[in-house]
Amino acid sequence: MTAFAAEALDGAFADAPAEASRAFRAALDAMSRPGTLQHAGGARPPAPLPPAAGALALTLVDAETPVWLAPELRAGPVEAWLRFHCNAPLNAAPEAAAFAFGSPASLLAELDRFAIGTPEYPDRSTTLVVLLDAFEGAEAELTGPGIRGTARLALGSSRAEILALAAPNRALFPQGRDLFLAAEGRLAALPRSTRLREV
Amino acid sequence: MTAAAPTRADPDYNFAYLDEQTKRMIRRALLKAVAIPGYQVPFASREMPMPYGWGTGGVQVTAATLTPEDTLKVIDQGADDTTNAVSIRKFFQRVAGVATTEATAEATLIQTRHRIPETPLTEGQILVYQVPIPEPLRYLEPRETETRKMHALEEYGLMHVKLYEDIARHGHIATSYAYPVKVEGRYVMDPSPIPKFDNPKMSNSPALQLFGAGREQRIYAIPPWTEVVSLDFEDHPFDPGGAREACALCDARGVYLDEVIVDDAGGRMFVCSDTDHCRGRIEAGHVGASAPAAAPHGAPA
Repeated sequence: MTAFAAEALDGAFADAPAEASRAFRAALDAMSRPGTLQHAGGARPPAPLPPAAGALALTLVDAETPVWLAPELRAGPVEAWLRFHCNAPLNAAPEAAAFAFGSPASLLAELDRFAIGTPEYPDRSTTLVVLLDAFEGAEAELTGPGIRGTARLALGSSRAEILALAAPNRALFPQGRDLFLAAEGRLAALPRSTRLREV
Repeated sequence: MTAAAPTRADPDYNFAYLDEQTKRMIRRALLKAVAIPGYQVPFASREMPMPYGWGTGGVQVTAATLTPEDTLKVIDQGADDTTNAVSIRKFFQRVAGVATTEATAEATLIQTRHRIPETPLTEGQILVYQVPIPEPLRYLEPRETETRKMHALEEYGLMHVKLYEDIARHGHIATSYAYPVKVEGRYVMDPSPIPKFDNPKMSNSPALQLFGAGREQRIYAIPPWTEVVSLDFEDHPFDPGGAREACALCDARGVYLDEVIVDDAGGRMFVCSDTDHCRGRIEAGHVGASAPAAAPHGAPA
């Protein structure tokens, strides 16, 4: 057994139906109220995957969803953990991925290759799970469905990259890519309908 | 009024009936639906232990959304005490063990067939609609391949022609339920067969609205604070209608009323469609013209 194999077996939901339902509600609340931070707990994935991103993976990812992992997550404990707990195809090409996990920079490097859906089926797009250190620092102002007036979300030093990840969505709508942002145990979302600007 | 505290779910079933794989599939569809307001997301609808037409789509959405901490309310045409509402409420009491209520304000998740509660919804509540035919263009164009293309191209002229033909024939837009709406200026959407009276409540609601069509295998959504416009013409603006009468039991005006035939001589009375709203007003001391002699909502007869 390799060193990270034992670690890979640990850290999933203790009570999967209940904890997955709570994690999904956090994801649903985040997606329907862009800019709000939701607590998504119950998962203890290996670093550098934030617990909130782990909870999201356990709740949404399975054998039906090809996953693209950023280079920094490949061939390490994170890949082993996702393979064991989600049983998902983990070496998907960006074009074929239902979910993509990575830092803002590594997602941005492949952004044009991630699926945006088709005009008839805009839902056939890649959902980007952006891994952050924290929700603090420089803010972006958000408008769009789910937001009463405007909302603010602290993105810190990753602000420019996250704005760049979401930037094509405005012209692509209703096609586009939805973003989840995960830092530690907290989750935010930027659906393709959200418009962002620096403040 | 019946409210029940959380109980232990039947251990023979997974929490909320559906298996985890199915819930993940529905949850992925729900997130896409919220991200693309008004767009119909296909999903692999499962057979449920109730017939199509009894809310299998709504039940699957509710099952995928419920947490053990939720308080569930189920209504059918505004009523908590009709067969469809009672059976779905009992189903989730058994398989999810969640608390239930009839009070709109106490519920965190409300599954509805064909009404929006009169009590304004609040931030954090979720309204799940049961939908029979999710495609607003279906009776105008039977081919799914074509309606998909029409949505993609934002080609909704046919719908306006239909409304115009209403005006040409009847002098006004005669569609009174399932009145088509446009969501956030993009997708034309079927609001499910709610009376057009309820259409204005959909727009800029603080609550999240989810729609499930089981037989047709579609899920769609309206996020909170999203603009929902009922289709109309400049010279024939949308009119939500509404009864001239007041509720015979609680004297409410400006609410949606059911007509109840009370004898064989053409006698009739109008009562609130929303039983929770009506009971609340009766308890607050409002008295209608026919109260309390013929009170069908469990008020003392």
